[in-house]
Formats: sequence, structure tokens, C-alpha cells
Amino acid sequence: MTAAEIVFVLLGVVALAAAVLVVTTRQLVRAALYLVLSFGAIAACFLVLTAELVAWVQVLIYVGAVVVLLLFGIMLTRAPIGPTSDLDSRNRPAAIVVAVATAGVLVTVLVRGFGDAYVDLGEPSTGSASGIGANIFRYWVLPFEILSVLLLAALVGAIVLSRTDIGPPKDGDG
Amino acid sequence: MHGYFGAYGLVALLLVVGAVFVTVALTANRLLRPARPTPQKLLTYECGVDPVGGGWAQSYVRYYVFTFLYVVFAVDAVFLFPWATVFAAPGFGVATLVEMFVFLGFLAVGILYAWRKGVLSWA
Repeated sequence: MTAAEIVFVLLGVVALAAAVLVVTTRQLVRAALYLVLSFGAIAACFLVLTAELVAWVQVLIYVGAVVVLLLFGIMLTRAPIGPTSDLDSRNRPAAIVVAVATAGVLVTVLVRGFGDAYVDLGEPSTGSASGIGANIFRYWVLPFEILSVLLLAALVGAIVLSRTDIGPPKDGDG
Repeated sequence: MHGYFGAYGLVALLLVVGAVFVTVALTANRLLRPARPTPQKLLTYECGVDPVGGGWAQSYVRYYVFTFLYVVFAVDAVFLFPWATVFAAPGFGVATLVEMFVFLGFLAVGILYAWRKGVLSWA
């Protein structure tokens, strides 16, 4: 094994362990903070794979924005800050079925689609900003534009849900 | 140290040096300082008065919209970086410029909606 592979495996272990702690800890805030650790380790994995831009996007969007959203979501609830005994849902069998099915789909897609993909770590140019940019604006323009519509819908939804004075029956346009 | 992995190795080294510095400083502090705890000293410091109530305050849902606006701007900024490196390159040109402004236009509608609904005003 090369040094890069060893570092990659170690980071993967950190990411996996943190992810397990996210769902097993009894303290909600700690779950969010373990999620930071997991996302950070995944970002470092991207760095080892020379996907530089994706790694920093992971830090900016996931560690920065998504975790802040989650923390605000937790702060909106009445959940106590200490250990919670009733965090476990009664839907555990259904959750296991859904989780196994999702994992099966993801693993199948990844193995079938990228099973023999090969990244040359000696040439870190495909993961750079210009490499990603060339790919997005040459082949993936439509998903990129759809993303803006998705963000718009989510933003309008968040505004409508958070403002009790904006309702459908009131003035028609909201 | 040069090359891609060398540069990031330097970053990792700096992180390790920082962690060691903090650990050594706090351990030396713990070893050198006198420790005579009293209940008053162990009390949480809150502006000089005794702390009241629990450590948990439920926040208002209106702050959630601000975090969501931050997410929108972050995603927006993230796509500007790869775009800025290629839009002047040969083979891209006006179409790429227009594509980015369509993207920004959709997000601008969201900001405009937030502004018209008074979300951005603090009062």
C-alpha cells in the first residue's frame, strides 16, 4: 500500500466511526458534532483522491452550511441538551429495511457504474476547479440549472413555513 | 515539500503542530497551577451573576430562514469558482456566461421573494 492509500483507509475508518456515533449517541447536539467529524473526514478523503474542489465544497457546504441548518433545526425543537432516553423510534424495523434497501441501491450503482474507474493520483487536474468547471458547463448544464430551481423552491418553502403571517388563503400571491 | 501531496502534507503538519501546541500549553498549565476548587469557583460564569435556568433556549423559527439564505449563497459561491476558471476559456464563451446568469437569476428571485416578504428586515 502506498502512503496515500493508508491515509485514505484511516480517514475512511474515522468517517465510518463518526457516522456510527451520529446514530448511536443519546445527545442530539453531539450527534450533529459527530456529523461534522464525519463530513470532515470525507472531505479529507476527497483531498487524498486529489479532488481538491470537491473537498473544499464538502467543507464549505456540508461542514459549514448543512450542519448549521441541522443545529438550527435542533435548536428549534424542545429537545433537551442532555442525554435523551426516548430518541429511539419505534419504527426501527421499517428503518432497517429502508436503510438496507438504500445501501443496496447505492452500492449497486457505484459498483456497476464506477467499478473499474481509475484515478491517476499523480496528475491532480481532473479534480481542480477548472476540470470540474469544464465538466459542469460542457456536459452537466441542465442539472446545474435545475439545482437553482431546487434551491429557489426550498428557500420559498422555508420562508412560507417560518412565517405564520404568510398563508395561502390570505392574499392569493403568497 | 512540493507537488500536490507535499503541499497538503504541509497543511496536515501545521494542523498537527497546532494540536500539539494546544495540548502542551494546557497540560503545562494543569501541572503548574494550584487547584483549590470551591463550589463558587466551579459555577458557570455568566456575566458575574449566578446562572439562572438551564443551558437550553429554544430559538425562533425566523432565524432558520437566515441560515437557509446562507446555504443558498454558499452553493451560489461554490459554483462561481469552477465557472470563473472556464467561462473565458476557448469553447465556452457567451453561452456559459448566460447559463451562470440564469442560475443567478433563479436565486435572485428567491432573494427578491424574501425581501418582498420582509424576511430581510430585522424589526
